[in-house]
Amino acid sequence: MANALVNVPQRARRGEVIEIKTLISHPMETGYRRSQLGAAIPRDIIRRFVCTYNGTEVFRADFHPAIAANPFLSFWTVAVESGTIAFQWTGDNGFSVTESVTISVD
Amino acid sequence: MAAGTAAASAGLGWVILVRPARATPAAMQDAIGRVVGAARVNPGKVKLELPPLSENGNAVPLAVKVESPMTAADHVRAIHVFTEKNPLPEVVSFHLGPRAGRASVSTRIRLADTQTVVAICELSDGSFWSDRADVVVTLAACLEDA
Repeated sequence: MANALVNVPQRARRGEVIEIKTLISHPMETGYRRSQLGAAIPRDIIRRFVCTYNGTEVFRADFHPAIAANPFLSFWTVAVESGTIAFQWTGDNGFSVTESVTISVD
Repeated sequence: MAAGTAAASAGLGWVILVRPARATPAAMQDAIGRVVGAARVNPGKVKLELPPLSENGNAVPLAVKVESPMTAADHVRAIHVFTEKNPLPEVVSFHLGPRAGRASVSTRIRLADTQTVVAICELSDGSFWSDRADVVVTLAACLEDA
């Protein structure tokens, strides 16, 4: 169903500020549109994105319907130690997708 | 150019007639007030980057940057984005901290009309700073049928 893409450098120097890019497939239905028969299309959006680095939250975003379909995000974090960077998207209708990557820091 | 502008404004008039619920500049101020509280919002420090002209309001690239050392003592806590003519004034809230390293975020947003977009950042000392950008949208978001 949902396809998530994350782009994180595989290695980094300690203390380096690295860019993280994420993309997830999701219609982000606003709840303000109507079908061709005039019926309101219910809202179905991703409400929250959280990025954790070895369990510590480093970045969080709260989405509203004004975020474009297939939400793209680019942000930065400090490479402090080797480990796992995990991403979680949660939203309407029980939507929940997690993704994680490993990074080695030297 | 004049004819084009006239046609564009005629189109916008139609949009306003058809779409009932939409935020207004006052609604945006209310939404900002809910985030900021009684604190003063100063212009500066935060930079909101949007294209001045967007052909497609369904995906407008947005970037916000804040001049900040991003240390434990002095960092950006949050960045909020608001619009004045979308159905909802709130667009997105980013929550950062010293671990973010650099206060620079980009994403893609929807714009329902030619309008002003406002970004407000909250620093770790509790102060609020803002920037605004005007975007001309030729094809508004959320008009096509599903």
